Amino acid sequence: MVKVHKEQVLVSLEKAPTGINGLDEITEGGFPKGRPTLIAGNAGCGKTLLAMEFLIKGITECNEPGVFISFEESAKDLVLNVASLGYDLDDFVAKGKLRIDQVIVERSEIEEAGEYDLEGLFIRLGYAIDSIGAKRIVLDTLESLFSGFTNQAILRAELRRLFQWLKDKGMTAIITGERGDTSLTRQGLEEYVSDCVILLDHRIEDQISTRRLRVVKYRGSTHGTNEYPFLIDEDGITVMPVTSLNLNHPVSKERISSGIEQLDVMLGGGFYKGSSILVSGSSGTGKTNVSGYLADATCKTGAKCLYVAFEESPQQITRNLQSIGINLNPYIKQDLLQFRAVRAASQGLEMHLASLYKVIQKFKPEVVVIDPITTLASSSNVRDAQNMLSRMMDMLKAENITAMMTSLTQGHENLEQTENSVSSFADTWLLLRDFEVNGERNRLMYVLKSRGTHHSNQVREFIISDNGINLVDVYLGPEGMLTGSARVAAEARYKSAELVRKNQMGTAERKLEHKRLLILAQIESLKAELAVQDTETENSNANEEERGAHDSIDKAAFKVSRGGKQSG
Amino acid sequence: MSNDSSLADEKIVLRLYITGATHHSMQAVRNIQKLCEEYLENSYDLDIIDVYQQPYLAKEKQIIAAPTLIKTQPYPVRRIVGDMSDTEKILTVLNVQKATK
Repeated sequence: MVKVHKEQVLVSLEKAPTGINGLDEITEGGFPKGRPTLIAGNAGCGKTLLAMEFLIKGITECNEPGVFISFEESAKDLVLNVASLGYDLDDFVAKGKLRIDQVIVERSEIEEAGEYDLEGLFIRLGYAIDSIGAKRIVLDTLESLFSGFTNQAILRAELRRLFQWLKDKGMTAIITGERGDTSLTRQGLEEYVSDCVILLDHRIEDQISTRRLRVVKYRGSTHGTNEYPFLIDEDGITVMPVTSLNLNHPVSKERISSGIEQLDVMLGGGFYKGSSILVSGSSGTGKTNVSGYLADATCKTGAKCLYVAFEESPQQITRNLQSIGINLNPYIKQDLLQFRAVRAASQGLEMHLASLYKVIQKFKPEVVVIDPITTLASSSNVRDAQNMLSRMMDMLKAENITAMMTSLTQGHENLEQTENSVSSFADTWLLLRDFEVNGERNRLMYVLKSRGTHHSNQVREFIISDNGINLVDVYLGPEGMLTGSARVAAEARYKSAELVRKNQMGTAERKLEHKRLLILAQIESLKAELAVQDTETENSNANEEERGAHDSIDKAAFKVSRGGKQSG
Repeated sequence: MSNDSSLADEKIVLRLYITGATHHSMQAVRNIQKLCEEYLENSYDLDIIDVYQQPYLAKEKQIIAAPTLIKTQPYPVRRIVGDMSDTEKILTVLNVQKATK
């Protein structure tokens, strides 16, 4: 049933894409096509810019010519203002895509004598629209009319007629309005006749300003109802669609290396792609180094990494990482690694989120490092920070970006507890810890949790040297768990004991060998004796035969010599 | 220049911008013609312009409300909107004394 209803809405309500980053997502496609939309807000909220960007995007992206009716700024000023965003309005005007018309309403010049209407304005608008075949129109700010004319009844009636007239002409219109004390606009009129109302807000909290946008109403369409932070910079307006409320991220079974071989082993093959990793520890435990390793490993594979630094400058980070044998500079040159170093206090949380969103959309990294997230919390209240982090995680996960956040824990607090607020967002939590014993401090690393992996339950000693990070098994022996020099000493003791044992074993072995050799020698001599004996026996046999033969010869010769007959 | 100002002393230049044959426009035309004849005699120059016929004039002359009467001379330029039914007010704006009659 619901589905059928939704389809009907989609069919009946056409939308005009605003082309403004993020706004089309919130409005689910843009402003209502052929109908008026009100943009309300206080001075300096960005109403005019939003309206102008709507026209420009209409021209450049939808091929819909637009008319800008300005009641306040001159065409020249408008051109200059938008030039800073890289748009050449004069060019659009020359090509017949844009028409800027400044309506001057001067109270001092106008006297009223009897009944009148605003037909003159209608003719102006109609002429401007028809001359370029405009589909979009901006009226900025309509309420200026109220300062020029005193007859409220006429004005209100005429403005209603104007809205209807714009609708009849099928114009997608934007009307801007200053915010009133009790209603959205000063006259309390525009919000009722508009089909869509967008409220812009510019708030200052703790001396940090944040711009926010809210869709107050949208006839015939669903829309996001939250306040969304937005940002105005050299690329115009970017609205940060805060949260998709459903936790339905694509997940990956792919693993990525942390850059530290032993850690990958501990995690059963590295981090999951698109997961979030929390690295927490007190100061000086090597959080940034772990981050540096991940950045290095990521860039090595040719993937992009964004490093958001809230406390150190990029130069400082790269220099410090060089001291442990990691050189990130080539990756920066290849545009694989991008640093974004800002002070946490420089912007509100929402602005951080919005600007991060923008950078991510542009740079498309596979890994984002945020070092450290704790400064965000300290620059504002913890609940807000937590809220922002959860949305940031959502955003990163939706993009399947692996995120590593470092978190600074204070001296002697219970490490597991203080991180509660943040740790639930993290899929993998690495805890770096100082372990102080026998007058020395050693670093330890635990894998506190790692969702979906067979991670090691063991503590590793975390050694940072000129050659980089090394994770060493701690010494577990009769003395308990040993680290640092105690581990080295214990290992040395173990080694020397081994050596003695080896020596002893050697002696015994040699003795046995000696004996064996002796026996072998004996065997050899007996063999020789036997051979001699065999030879002797052979010789005596041969002599005997020879002697027999000689005997018979001798006997015959003897017979012959005696004159006897020769006999055979 | 001096020639202009002397002209201005003599003649009031009025342009009435109307929007077709609407009630207000017709009313305004009748009222202003009557007023001119009654109070300005021959020292005026009145033109009635239909903005529908020349829509570009709306932008050029900054016409918003209709009907609009613009006094271009003598200086300063003044604008009066409405159906011109308030004779007293128009005369004040035009700086014309009733006594001139």
